[in-house]
Amino acid sequence: MLNLLSKQLFLFDPLSLFFLFVLSIISLPAAIYSFGYLKGEYSSTKTVLAWFLLFAFVLSMALVVTINNILIFLIAWEIMSLVSYFLVVFDTKHEKSIQAGTIYIVMTHIGTAFLIVAFMTMFKYANSFDFSAIKSACLLMPAQTRNIVFLLLLIGFGTKAGIVPLHIWLPYAHPQAPSHISSIMSGVMIKTAIYGIIRFVIFILGVNSSWWGVLVLILAVISCLVGVIYALMEHDIKRLLAYHSVENIGIILLGIGLAMFFLSINLPYLAVFSMIAGLYHLVNHAIFKGLLFLCAGSVYKATGTRDIEKLGGLIKNMPQTAAYFLVGAMAISALPPLNGFVSEWLTLQAFFLGAFNVMGGTKLFLGICAAMLALTSGLAAACFVKVFGITFLAQPRSHYAQNAKEVSLSMRAGMLFLSLLTIIFGLAAVIVMKLLAKVASAATCVDISDMSFALNNFTVSPQVGKSIYLSTPLLTFVLIVLGVTGFGIYRLFSREKVKSYSTWDCGYYKLDSRNEYTATAFSKPFRIAFSFFLLPYRKTQKIRESFYHIKSFAYETYTTKIFKKYIFDPVLALVFRSAKYMRRIQPGSIHLYLSYIFVTVLLLIIFMHRF
Amino acid sequence: MRIFVLILQLVLFIGIAPFLSGLITKIKNNIRMRRGQSVFQPYYNLVKLFSKGEVISETASWIFKVTPFVVISSSLAAAILIPVCIFSSPMRYMGDFLALIFIFALGRFFLALSALDTGSSFGGMGSSREMFISSLVEPALLLVVFSISLQFGSTDISAFSGMHPVTVSSIVAALALFLVTIAETSRIPVDNQETHLELTMVHEAMVLEYSGRSLALIEMASYIKQMIMFFLIAQIIFPIAVPCFIDLAQMFLWIIWYIVRIIVIGVAVALVEVSITKMRLFRVTDYLGFAFVLGVIAVVCAILGV
Repeated sequence: MLNLLSKQLFLFDPLSLFFLFVLSIISLPAAIYSFGYLKGEYSSTKTVLAWFLLFAFVLSMALVVTINNILIFLIAWEIMSLVSYFLVVFDTKHEKSIQAGTIYIVMTHIGTAFLIVAFMTMFKYANSFDFSAIKSACLLMPAQTRNIVFLLLLIGFGTKAGIVPLHIWLPYAHPQAPSHISSIMSGVMIKTAIYGIIRFVIFILGVNSSWWGVLVLILAVISCLVGVIYALMEHDIKRLLAYHSVENIGIILLGIGLAMFFLSINLPYLAVFSMIAGLYHLVNHAIFKGLLFLCAGSVYKATGTRDIEKLGGLIKNMPQTAAYFLVGAMAISALPPLNGFVSEWLTLQAFFLGAFNVMGGTKLFLGICAAMLALTSGLAAACFVKVFGITFLAQPRSHYAQNAKEVSLSMRAGMLFLSLLTIIFGLAAVIVMKLLAKVASAATCVDISDMSFALNNFTVSPQVGKSIYLSTPLLTFVLIVLGVTGFGIYRLFSREKVKSYSTWDCGYYKLDSRNEYTATAFSKPFRIAFSFFLLPYRKTQKIRESFYHIKSFAYETYTTKIFKKYIFDPVLALVFRSAKYMRRIQPGSIHLYLSYIFVTVLLLIIFMHRF
Repeated sequence: MRIFVLILQLVLFIGIAPFLSGLITKIKNNIRMRRGQSVFQPYYNLVKLFSKGEVISETASWIFKVTPFVVISSSLAAAILIPVCIFSSPMRYMGDFLALIFIFALGRFFLALSALDTGSSFGGMGSSREMFISSLVEPALLLVVFSISLQFGSTDISAFSGMHPVTVSSIVAALALFLVTIAETSRIPVDNQETHLELTMVHEAMVLEYSGRSLALIEMASYIKQMIMFFLIAQIIFPIAVPCFIDLAQMFLWIIWYIVRIIVIGVAVALVEVSITKMRLFRVTDYLGFAFVLGVIAVVCAILGV
């Protein structure tokens, strides 16, 4: 056994270091935040437990991204899954926690099962657990086996990443954990699956058929759209963010999938560029989604509810949280000059540059993928207008929101740190890209010494000679100068004074929060436009005082989760039905069980002799 | 000198954009056999709004106050991104055609938020519908950009700002962009700028609570945005290159031409507005779906090289 352990147990190449970096910049603010968040929420024993689990969780993830041995990788992967399971069920106050935890642990183990099969196949060819040994052995692997291993890895890691249709655990598990854990889970844990795909598929297995990349691209596009459409329908603020994680994993995979595609058709420059775009979005998503989850946690802490329909007007009571949330919302909606804008722009550029270099129908395919990405970012912007507008603006819709107080200093510090990172990663695009180029070159094994992605320290230039530029510092400068000019003109004409008066109410009566637009109403056009996918239905109930007078009217609207209803529920029903039959051979007699063991051993001996 | 040209360009955009709106209204009125307001009415409106006081809702937060400046700044930033003169503008490093889409999104995002900020249901309605329409616009718009970049090998706006041959792909792309422009500038059949009827309004519902100088800034921003969209269509199907710094008189002549073709697009928009009725909101999906299909056709044509 010991001789199977490699000489070098840990691996600190640029790819691993990059993921360690992402892990540390999200864990640090989350830990600071948890000081304030845990206070008053749990008993002192539970607080200690929360800290212990947090450390175990971060350490296990650090192990996952640095280990150089597939056996220990699997062990670390399992520890990560188990610790995160305990964190999902940590909040025992909610009865939903146990259900969420069960769905999570079942799904993640199905994923791990696929990984084990893939790793055993790899081990069979390499006779070693060491990454480098496997990498060289994979060159000798027959094409058919490589394809199968790729699919196994994709399903295994895809389950963790939350690729549609394997995403169903994500909207249950992420919101249920304490908020600082949600931010690490969404920010980093699902990214370890992306690490797995890059490390095992691109780096070790090596991409040689172009359909791999195409398959990843198609799955990514589906994930983007499904994630964002479900998010639009969601009114639980943390679950909504969890659906956005599905969407953003899709955007990251667009970059990674493109890199795989370009590697297979031998366009190394574009492969590196797409990989940079994917990794850039990865770190950005970690930052802004971490930030948004922390803000959502603050809202929950201050109001005690996660239902945005019950919130409103929080910008007045919690001005700082609102400002941080706005930064996060702008970044995830890809608004300039924040970081989400840069990485989505880079991803789109990767599609465009790819289209300039490939032939025929592939151009159209890339164009339509890019168009779907644009649709996704448009829908994401709509969704975040909804979340921010309904949660923080207008008048409070309930006493929860009415009496909210700004959260404690340590929580604000955690959010401030991530907000600053959001801005810095937008402005320092060139520096980030230069660093990511090294990571991408290590992952794809492409020499980047003769490649350049930037004009100078302020301007991104995807390809020399195409004269395409993007300079976020300049853009910010221009936006600020023009905004200030606008303000100057505004002040110049300030002869008449500004009055404050109530909102126009059509002359009826004083407007209150019941007249406000709700999140359900806001998302109604989307619900109708995407009804072919969402299959919405509603329940109405009239409560009558007499035949003539209706006292109140209940209206509820639902959407059908088609993946759950048409894929997972039938499978689950099948499992339960077969379990019912299996019960017959388990009557509880120990003699019968002993004979089962005997028969099994016998069969195994025969099996080993024959094959 | 470059900064000078840049400021000149901004002044040009600010100066002409309201005229374009006034002209469209005038044409519409004349076709309907009305005398109509003067083509300079938008200027009078702006002057009036600038000299008036302002009422801000008690419910509103700083988002509401800051929005006019964000909106005007994003529109103006888009305006200087466009190369009117063919020379190496320092602003070309700021971004490309794709960045333009995102810059518009910035203004729209804040406008939609400010509409929710006052707590009126009109605002919410407008905000919801605006985000709905704009998110469906994005894929069609992106395909237009895609087909044009395929033709010119770059997403740089200067790439097609010079003289270039007009292909089938350009014409189809321009048509798709025309449909997109109608949706983006809130015109019939997608939206109606003339009405304040709650069932039909989208953009007007969002800015309903604004008054005085803030409203003037927002109106100005939408005039400029409209002019930029018209400019893009014009540049795709009537390409003209303005020679810079050669001869001032000649440059002036070219700029006149430049404006004339933008006016041509404006006339087309006016004709469309008077000849069809407004669609139901949920038919906008079909309308923009058609724009998307046109975008796909433009890409296919670009791939075939026609």
